[in-house]
Amino acid sequence: MPTSNDRPPQNRGLTAIVGAMSLITVLLIVQIWLLSAALESFLSGNRHSALPAAIFSGVMFLICLGLYAFVDRVDSEVRGSENGR
Amino acid sequence: MNWLRRGSSGGTPSEPLWKEEFSVRTADERYVTRRQLTKFLVLTSLGMFVGNIWILIRSLFYKVPVYPQQPVAQLGEIPVGGVKLFSYPTKDDHCIMIRTGKDEYVSYSQKCTHLSCAVYYSQAENRLECPCHKGFFSIKDGAVLQGPPSRPLPRIVLEARGEQLVAIEVKG
Repeated sequence: MPTSNDRPPQNRGLTAIVGAMSLITVLLIVQIWLLSAALESFLSGNRHSALPAAIFSGVMFLICLGLYAFVDRVDSEVRGSENGR
Repeated sequence: MNWLRRGSSGGTPSEPLWKEEFSVRTADERYVTRRQLTKFLVLTSLGMFVGNIWILIRSLFYKVPVYPQQPVAQLGEIPVGGVKLFSYPTKDDHCIMIRTGKDEYVSYSQKCTHLSCAVYYSQAENRLECPCHKGFFSIKDGAVLQGPPSRPLPRIVLEARGEQLVAIEVKG
């Protein structure tokens, strides 16, 4: 019975990349909601929620950046190993 | 940093970017499109973050406005259930004043909080109505009763001084 280790590296790399992209998409949706909520709050006169919203948004952006670095690394590793064959 | 390096995949590190992005191998195309989409998503994430920073800066540098004290009507000038339109605090900020009782007056900004259409007073329903998208506001506090607006109408604080009604502040 084939295991995940038996799959070619190209497919394993793609699975990892798609997983990272899914996480980025989820984080992006949360960020969009956060921005609209912060704007709505700001326009209604509540100015205390801007700082926590900016901090959380920054943290999520950094996570997205880290995931992009991961995608890029997996991409270069898998394609490098393919080309080295 | 590896992810900023040009020519990071396969071949020699000095390989130009276009060779990497337009690979002759069909299998590589899947990687290129996914990586480009990921880059686009991360840039969008950066845009959201910048938007939040902009709101934060606006919040930090927000100045509490100083409102003028402006006579807007004479006591008893309008009948009970009657309406008077005026501008406050600037001539471009249109407001609506309603006499709800013998000695009771309420006043709100006439600009709907949805898409800025002018609201009017419906005496039959005893509420403020926006004709554009059927947004209804309470006459008591300007709260949203129905429709697309998500915020209440800004209230104009009135003060009786002698025979005059004076607008002193905008709340909300």
